[in-house]
Amino acid sequence: MIRFILLQNRQGKTRLAKYYVPLEDSEKHKVEYEVHRLVVNRDSKFTNFVEFRTHKVIYRRYAGLFFSLCVDITDNELAYLECIHLFVEILDHFFSNVCELDLVFNFHKVYLILDEFILAGELQETSKRAIIERMGELEKLELKSQAILSVKLTCKNLDSRSQFRLPSPSLSPLVAA
Amino acid sequence: MNSFFSGTRLRDMIRAIRACKTAAEERAVVRKECAAIRTSINENDHDYRHRNLAKLMFIHMLGYPTHFGQMECLKLIASAGFPEKRIGYLGLMLLLDERQEVLMLVTNSLKQDLNHSNQYIVGLALCALGNICSAEMARDLAPEVERLLQFRDPNIRKKAALCSIRIIRKVPDLAENFINPAAALLKEKHHGVLITGIQLCTDLCKVSPEALEFLRKKHTEGLVRTLKDVVNSPYTPEYDIAGIADPFLHVRLLKLLRALGQGDADSSDAMNDILAQVATKTESNKNAGNAILYECVETIMSIEDNGGLRVLAINILGRFLSNRDNNIRYVALNMLMKAITVDAQAVQRHRATILECVKDSDASIRKRALELVYLLVNETNVKPLTKELIDYLEVSDQDFKGDLTAKICSIVEKFSPEKIWYIDQMLKVLAEAGNFVKDEVWHALIVVISNASDLHGYTVRALYKAFKTSSEQESLVRVAVWCIGEYGDMLMNNVGMLGVEDSVTVTDSDIVDVVEIAIKHHASDLTTKAMALIALLKLSSRFPSCSEYVFSVPSIPCNSIRLMFFYHRGTAFFLSCIKRMRFQLRIKDIIVHHKGSLVLELQQRSLEFNSIIDKHQNIRSTLVERMPILDEATFTTRRAGSLPAAVSTSGGASLNLPNGAVKPSTSLLVDLLDLSDDVPAAPSSSGGDFLQDLLGVDLSPAPTQSGTNQVQKAGTDVLLDLLSIGAHPVQSSSSTTDILSPIQNEKSPIATLDALLPSSSLSAQATSAKAAPVMDLLDDFSPSPSKPEDNGSVYPPLVAFESSSLRITFDFSKQPGNPQITIVLATFTNLTPNVFTDFIFQAAVPKFLQLHLDPASSNILPASGNGSITQNLRVTNNQHGKVFLAFTSKSIVMRTRISYKINNKDTLEEAQINNFPRDL
Repeated sequence: MIRFILLQNRQGKTRLAKYYVPLEDSEKHKVEYEVHRLVVNRDSKFTNFVEFRTHKVIYRRYAGLFFSLCVDITDNELAYLECIHLFVEILDHFFSNVCELDLVFNFHKVYLILDEFILAGELQETSKRAIIERMGELEKLELKSQAILSVKLTCKNLDSRSQFRLPSPSLSPLVAA
Repeated sequence: MNSFFSGTRLRDMIRAIRACKTAAEERAVVRKECAAIRTSINENDHDYRHRNLAKLMFIHMLGYPTHFGQMECLKLIASAGFPEKRIGYLGLMLLLDERQEVLMLVTNSLKQDLNHSNQYIVGLALCALGNICSAEMARDLAPEVERLLQFRDPNIRKKAALCSIRIIRKVPDLAENFINPAAALLKEKHHGVLITGIQLCTDLCKVSPEALEFLRKKHTEGLVRTLKDVVNSPYTPEYDIAGIADPFLHVRLLKLLRALGQGDADSSDAMNDILAQVATKTESNKNAGNAILYECVETIMSIEDNGGLRVLAINILGRFLSNRDNNIRYVALNMLMKAITVDAQAVQRHRATILECVKDSDASIRKRALELVYLLVNETNVKPLTKELIDYLEVSDQDFKGDLTAKICSIVEKFSPEKIWYIDQMLKVLAEAGNFVKDEVWHALIVVISNASDLHGYTVRALYKAFKTSSEQESLVRVAVWCIGEYGDMLMNNVGMLGVEDSVTVTDSDIVDVVEIAIKHHASDLTTKAMALIALLKLSSRFPSCSEYVFSVPSIPCNSIRLMFFYHRGTAFFLSCIKRMRFQLRIKDIIVHHKGSLVLELQQRSLEFNSIIDKHQNIRSTLVERMPILDEATFTTRRAGSLPAAVSTSGGASLNLPNGAVKPSTSLLVDLLDLSDDVPAAPSSSGGDFLQDLLGVDLSPAPTQSGTNQVQKAGTDVLLDLLSIGAHPVQSSSSTTDILSPIQNEKSPIATLDALLPSSSLSAQATSAKAAPVMDLLDDFSPSPSKPEDNGSVYPPLVAFESSSLRITFDFSKQPGNPQITIVLATFTNLTPNVFTDFIFQAAVPKFLQLHLDPASSNILPASGNGSITQNLRVTNNQHGKVFLAFTSKSIVMRTRISYKINNKDTLEEAQINNFPRDL
């Protein structure tokens, strides 16, 4: 079972942290710090597995980003390594040529993708296409609601403030609102 | 500014935060944002709620507190729209976890959403439930999830399956409700649903034996078929990874099969073929293929025995082990640990490769390999393996040394074939990585050392050499200091040399150097320093023969007489005494230095030790006795390091008694005069010796008034000295006796004593002892005058035992230089007219003695005293020369048992012999 997933850059800034086991906030920060220390200085020729407390961390580095999965000691390391790669491919596909900034500005979407890929610490879907399609459906649904919301908002603002400002339709509701 | 423009967009906030140059700036931005969000929350602003929450999530990710946003999550979840719900659930998963009280409030919303008509909203609710479900929620919502396992949309089914995993992990009692719907998922064609179904079943097998039994009976066949289909499936772009269709599914299937096959021969049998197929057909040039092979090997190892498959599996591991990819080698090592219980022989074949892995640059591989090596060690290969590991210890990383030493120590302890090897290896480890070993390790080592009495000398020398080269290793220093304290004398005199070692020339000052380095080293901690202090105290009495001069000289006024005495003993002796004085003073210096230590413990100890050295000479030697029972080497060392043997006089005054009716005082007397042996009672004996000396000088001419005066004067001083330092009055009396008896002057010693004793300010013990010496004196004079003998220990033969049939006589002799060893020649004489056959003599002695029986000259004893059997007994008296405050010193006692046959009839005689001469 996956205990947590971390996306960190070389400086140790957390770009995504998903915990499937309950941890205190302070404990989470400690874990993030420790995992970063563990993986950041490892040679590229070294194994992608590091023992971490009573578990092990499977990590993989893509450019300046470290993707780390903490799994049980008995889990299949090679399979989880493959799993990281699949996740990266999905991100790459979704953001078309993903870079760190995509993940920073769209962190909520990364979480949504992750929720379609892994749930309750277990693998949910192994098909890249299925996940991308699913994300597309969800985005469409959101845009539809967002359009209604924008109109509503605009009307409200128009009524109450006598001001008119058209929200840019290309932006997602979270960013634009 | 109105609310529409209040606050920034999420993107802008992220930009603003990213633009911050310093942490303080970032904090300021976040503070401002948080304030705006709080205001917005207080105003109950619906429109910006989800934007605020998105911002809070980002702020949370940066590590700032965001608890005030938790209620907003619940409000968003309760709202109707999909985007609000979506961000609300996301916030719920990120900002809250299952332990928060707030979560209780969300259960109802979750229940509604699980029953929502919009399947996307159901999906959201399932996702949140799967990630943060608590035990209570699990109980409340299990029926909904169970129902959703049969939902028409596969996306919901797979989410529900994973939710069920979370639920049964939280509440295993609910497992039985899920068995049937979970089993139904195994027939799915959709990979996502199938893989989640398989995972659910695997978890069910873990928590519920019924589920395991059910799945084993009904679904093993089906799963094998599914795996076969997946393995043989044609190229499917959707699931293809490196030419393999859905390796994840492979792995999950193999895992479930493992759970089913474990401990069940039938199902194991059913999956044999497909496992063989996977093991042979899977491509192993890509990570995905190796992941499947790895899982397959584990399944083969876990299911019921099938020889052929296991060979296949071990071969795969062998191939993995020689792979260039570190990841593959890592998993191979990992799996070999499991394989070792199955086929240790096969794993042993890879020993050399595994040993290489211990030296890998990658810590993960090293750690695995080390653990594997630890399992591989057995009696036959312990020596080469340990050697390899210790060799590697020299070059290994600092942070690996802790693990490595722990394992080496454990191996050495477990499999060491002999003590010397154990000690050797441990010393190597300590010298190489002494800072990394745990306390138990060197504690155990000390125990082993102290028990290996024949290796004490060897060990202390080895430690001394090791200390010279690696004094920075704390544990080594401690063991070295301890051993030097205990066996420092052996170090200096090369005692107990083994054939394999080179002799070292070490002087006493070198030894003190070692301890001084240990005590003064900046890195030494309290324990080491305290051990070093004790070692010093012990050392001060390990070479103690002259210490009394050092510390008693100033207190005695007649130094000139003392010096005369020194000269009397020879210049060499004088010089050695001077040297020893310096040695003792140095030790004292170091101890005194620590009187000012800021550490209470050290300060207190040094004060105590100093006063022991200064004021309590008499008890010091008993205080700092060697930890285990003293062995024979000790006295050899002492003699060698102390007075010349020529002084060893023995009175044998009243020893001519036929059957050893030996008086304690006599033996004490002899004992005391035997100056060289008399280390523990050193001050008193020296005092006695002075008295003797003085009296001897005086007595050679006819006693004159002036001579008596001198006797009185000097004698009083000596006695005062003796008594004030708590020595035994008997010595003064005995020595006086001994000297005076030859000249048949019965009155004068008593007179002298009478004159001396009252005049001296007697300490309590002296007073209590006062009566006894006079008695002793009187006793001593009754037998014929003693014949003082200059050298050689002569003891009268002793009839140890005599019965109607057998007589045993003991003849005693001592080896020069070994006063504590007595050679007893036992002669057995047959007093009956019958021949004794199968004659066996056995003897036992109390603990303070050691007895060694040489073989008897024969086991047939001729009749009527026509011959005899002789047998040598070597008795080592560890208490030899020790006079306690009481008057008696321990003498030899022996219990014997003699068995023999007369005309083939067993006879047994037992006797206790306690009439040995007292001073043996």
